[in-house]
Amino acid sequence: MDYFIELFLGGITRGAIYALIALGYTMVYGIIGLINFAHGEIYMIGAFTSFIVATVLSIYGFPLLAIVLIAGVAAVIWSSAYGYTVEKIAYKPLRHAPRLSPLISAIGMSVFLQNYVLLAQTSDFLPFPELIPEFAFMEPVAHIIGSSDIIILITTAVIMIILTVVIKFTRVGKAMRATAQDRTMAMLVGINVNRIISATFIIGSALAAIGGLLIASHVGQINFYIGFLAGIKAFTAAVLGGIGSIPGAVLGSLVLGLTESFATGYVSSDYEDVFAFSLLVLILIFKPSGLLGKAETKKV
Amino acid sequence: MKLMKSKKLIAAAAVMMMAMYAPGAVNAADTIKFGIAGPHSGDLASYGLPSVNAAKLVIDKVNAKGGINGKKIEMLIEDDVCKPEIATNTATKLVSEGVQVVLGHICSGATVAAMPIYRDAKILVMSPSATTDPLTLSGEYPNFFRTIAPNAAQSPTMADFAVNKLGLTKIAVIHDKGDYGKPLAEGAKKAVEDGGKGKVVLFEGITPGAVDYSAIVQKIKQSGAEAVIFGGYHPEASKIVSMMKKKRLKTEFISDDGVKDDTFIKVAGKDAEGVYAVGPEDVTSNKMSIAAKEEHKAAFKSDPGAFFDGAYAATTAMVNAIEKAGSTDLEALKKVLQSEKVETPVGNINFDEKGDAVGVGYSMYQVQGGKFVVVK
Repeated sequence: MDYFIELFLGGITRGAIYALIALGYTMVYGIIGLINFAHGEIYMIGAFTSFIVATVLSIYGFPLLAIVLIAGVAAVIWSSAYGYTVEKIAYKPLRHAPRLSPLISAIGMSVFLQNYVLLAQTSDFLPFPELIPEFAFMEPVAHIIGSSDIIILITTAVIMIILTVVIKFTRVGKAMRATAQDRTMAMLVGINVNRIISATFIIGSALAAIGGLLIASHVGQINFYIGFLAGIKAFTAAVLGGIGSIPGAVLGSLVLGLTESFATGYVSSDYEDVFAFSLLVLILIFKPSGLLGKAETKKV
Repeated sequence: MKLMKSKKLIAAAAVMMMAMYAPGAVNAADTIKFGIAGPHSGDLASYGLPSVNAAKLVIDKVNAKGGINGKKIEMLIEDDVCKPEIATNTATKLVSEGVQVVLGHICSGATVAAMPIYRDAKILVMSPSATTDPLTLSGEYPNFFRTIAPNAAQSPTMADFAVNKLGLTKIAVIHDKGDYGKPLAEGAKKAVEDGGKGKVVLFEGITPGAVDYSAIVQKIKQSGAEAVIFGGYHPEASKIVSMMKKKRLKTEFISDDGVKDDTFIKVAGKDAEGVYAVGPEDVTSNKMSIAAKEEHKAAFKSDPGAFFDGAYAATTAMVNAIEKAGSTDLEALKKVLQSEKVETPVGNINFDEKGDAVGVGYSMYQVQGGKFVVVK
């Protein structure tokens, strides 16, 4: 039973990690129907920014909490700036182009950002400082669930709730939903659609940056390639849960994380991906729009 | 007749003229083209760049003395990012540029992919690091040599160390499903089982690059293993080791020379302490190795990295072979490599008929105080 609980918690943590990235995918898709493949790279840039800031601050002997906060804020600002710019450069000019064009542009942006960080920073794996300390009160259960696992779980839950509230109840959120439903109509009723899309990218990128900081601290190492691998899994999770749906992204991530964890634990880690993607295929066969996705009605 | 003669004269003069204009071209053909291939960018660049430095040191010295038999050595450096699909392009490019010998490739998978191209072009290839068995043991690549012992020798070293030296009987064998790690792990599993004393309680492959290895670590714990033997590279090893520490496992971690890299210690930090890794035989007391390190420090203001000694040895051996053979003909080079011993940083070596260096083996290292220390 202990083994089951350990695998369960491990799977939930893994799911929460995917969710932090998947939320950004799903938000952008929900608003403008674009799969932002560069999202994984924004996450990677967030991790690098917090790495650089945290390293500098720790040289000056700042207390850990201050380091985490300042590094987090810096990563959020920097990543958001990247997200905003990527949208302006790579997606906005293609807004009226066929759907395939921005998708290809997104893949190009992803490759560009990876290689940009590779050249501007380093190709090496870097040791990420342990920004989430091992809490003393967690020691009795440390062999089952770590402190960073708990922090990631809580953060994911809080972010999901905040996002839902923002989209359901605030002016920006309403404007976002309006833009998602009908862009032309939203413009006609006086919503600045460009600004709303920018805001979506900024929020998505900020989430990726927070994910970058937490996940890098949990894993303990970063390099320029982490965004791509994590992005693929997060994207899978977003599709599984129903891309465009915020609770769906979290649910899909948890299902994916748990599947992988149990597949490794009870079958073999050789088949981890086989199980994860078989599940995806099965769900898409029976529910093509994902677990919580709305069936898309084609406008004629 | 006269006309004919003058025609001949003109022809002769023309030939002379051409010959006079040719020196540049003759000179270009008169260099020995020395290819260097390996990962020089990407996440495994730290495996490849030290070899470039090693070759530069040896070749600059040779060139400063006037080259080999009057011919200077020209280096052609190509990046394969450690990827098999890119390595074939790298090899094709080097061959089309007319390389006569190649130092490389570095990663086993990339080397296996590139070898058929060099074999068809009859070019001597020597790797300081590609350890996969078939390169030499299959006999398929008569033009391949290496200054590192094959995996086949690494697996028993790990198994023997865990079972006989540490006296552990329950062993978990994990690998990264790659060309390098998987055969190593299979070899270790076989060695543990054949030894009779130990038992393999878990044998599994993991997905490289995953965000989190908690499930496999829990599984190791569940299996009751006393030691983990891991076949793979350092990024996964450091994640697993850190996760094992997080989950409070006391299991010993024993790995291969893909992990015996300073980047592993840098990334895993204090979690790296106590980890065992197999590495090329300890050459810290070898005079030539010490001298080579000094040269590196003088030239590049830093310590050499992984496979530096092996690459220095390979370059030295190839340069020596070209000198003794008086050509870059494959058969002539092979004859020298196999028959004559040469003093290198990895010892006084020659090569067996399969292409493996005679007298080069593995030692076991342990991370102690942030450094790899030889375990006696």
